[in-house]
Amino acid sequence: MDHLISGPSGPEHTERRVQPAQEPLPLFSAAGPGAPLQLRDELNNELTTLNLGPTHPATHGIFQNILKMDGERIISGVPTIGYIHRAFEKIAEHRPFYQITPLTDRMNYCSSPINNMGWHLTVEKLLGITVPKRAQYMRVIVMELARICDHLICNSILGVDTGAFTGFLYVFQEREKVYEIFEEICGSRLTTNMGRVGGMERDFTPVALDKLRTWVKEFPTVMREFETMFNRNRIFMDRTEGVGPISAERALNYGFTGPNLRAAGVDYDVRVMNPYSSYQDFEFDIPVGTTGDTYDRFMVRQEEIWQSLRIINQALENLPEGPFRADAPHYYLPPKQAVYRNMEALIYHFKIIMGEIEAPVGEVYHSVEGGNGELGFYLISDGGRTPYRLHFRRPCFIYYQAYSEMVVGQSLSDAIVTLSSLNVIAGELDG
Amino acid sequence: MTNEHLLTTLRARFGDDAFTDVEEPHGLLTLTFQRELTLELMHFLKEGELGFTFLTTMCGINYPNNLNRELGMIYHLHNLVTNTRIRLKTFFPVLDPVMPTLTNLWATANWMEREAYDFFGITFTGHPNLIRILNVEDMDYFPMRREYPLEDQTREDKTDSFFGR
Repeated sequence: MDHLISGPSGPEHTERRVQPAQEPLPLFSAAGPGAPLQLRDELNNELTTLNLGPTHPATHGIFQNILKMDGERIISGVPTIGYIHRAFEKIAEHRPFYQITPLTDRMNYCSSPINNMGWHLTVEKLLGITVPKRAQYMRVIVMELARICDHLICNSILGVDTGAFTGFLYVFQEREKVYEIFEEICGSRLTTNMGRVGGMERDFTPVALDKLRTWVKEFPTVMREFETMFNRNRIFMDRTEGVGPISAERALNYGFTGPNLRAAGVDYDVRVMNPYSSYQDFEFDIPVGTTGDTYDRFMVRQEEIWQSLRIINQALENLPEGPFRADAPHYYLPPKQAVYRNMEALIYHFKIIMGEIEAPVGEVYHSVEGGNGELGFYLISDGGRTPYRLHFRRPCFIYYQAYSEMVVGQSLSDAIVTLSSLNVIAGELDG
Repeated sequence: MTNEHLLTTLRARFGDDAFTDVEEPHGLLTLTFQRELTLELMHFLKEGELGFTFLTTMCGINYPNNLNRELGMIYHLHNLVTNTRIRLKTFFPVLDPVMPTLTNLWATANWMEREAYDFFGITFTGHPNLIRILNVEDMDYFPMRREYPLEDQTREDKTDSFFGR
């Protein structure tokens, strides 16, 4: 019997088992490089170091968290970010203003049009350009469409992370339709590079308006279906209520803005506080939560989708007639026909494309309500052709630092859900 | 809260010559203050009557030609009740790039200061974990300083005569 339990123990087998002496592999550890992976707390409980990310299917982006865990419970987390840092602030110092728009696309790529418009509005503020009402309304429409997309992705992925895949498929069809509208408006879908300094690049085509009107009519049905699936779903509520909460005070201290702050009960919305692009013309509510937990964040985003839809409906109904761009020949590209036939237009075209337009000296801080909160652009111009300094206030970067505090004491699966409901977009996080 | 009221209150507390370069670009009160005043000033703005409880953003800046004022920090604070913003700047020599940390006042200052350290090499005394945040840890320069060109000059695989690489 003995040989069956202990296995073969002849001299030939013992020899084979001997491993050559080697250095231990450099593994990640919460206690720093070189520290043992198995740690013990003061009660002699065995702790585990878990390396979550950077390429983990549940983190939806490239960021790493080194978690110290007692069984399933998280004791501490050390986030590492910067995996897709692309030095946008440095690149922006070397580019003419119109070439910075594509950089902003790649920050929060779930709602690129908001970033684009935020940047245009910042430059327009510096240059003192007033955009006609029609262009402002058009911008509001695309920004709210983008917000709906952003919130849809966040909420449906939260569903996926809690084990409900169906809702994701339902709303992704609608997101696809919104992207078709974007395609009709500007020619691209995800990284839109939409609009220009001084207005929009072209008017809404009849096809775009048609698609938009159809979508606005059809979307509520799907949205209601999505709500039925989640809002009062017992399993979903049990899974998200009380998970990853943050108090209003802590949230403000951590610089939270947007839906995550509103879920904690603070009604700060840039669209209402500092209206831009004619947001004061529209009637909409700011939904707020109470506990700042995952369920509240989900519900705030759900309601914001309805409010965005309300804004789009009002903007479509009252879309003013008139030009879709400001009369700013120094900054706004002339129509192509005019470039071929008109000397002045040709000169402006050349100067703008070659980045030979000088901006006035000044400094501007402008913020818009992005998908995740206050997206700010701080622009210092020294009168040159490029910004002297451009700083992006990226809401993700600012609130993600609260994550390790929010997940302490939670289980690993709750940490995943919390991360998902915060809607951390890697592009915006790393800038 | 008007900018005049704000400026009067601040001057009453810190003296008439504590702030220089007072401007109002696009209606946003901009002040330059002495580095030594930082903690006292920020504490007064946050906890005092002015109620600037929200730190919107902060960023470093580099003016290589301003002698002894080459580096700077720019803070944007927001009073969410009265919806007033204020921009505060301070400058110091590049050879002495030290600022007091604001992490005791705002938790959000933690990563913002790490970002300023990462890109401008400004060190914040008292910061709990002042290491690089977006760049790799073994980087030995501060890339957002003006002296560093956009492209890595040691690379030889990029020879674009049009765009000067």
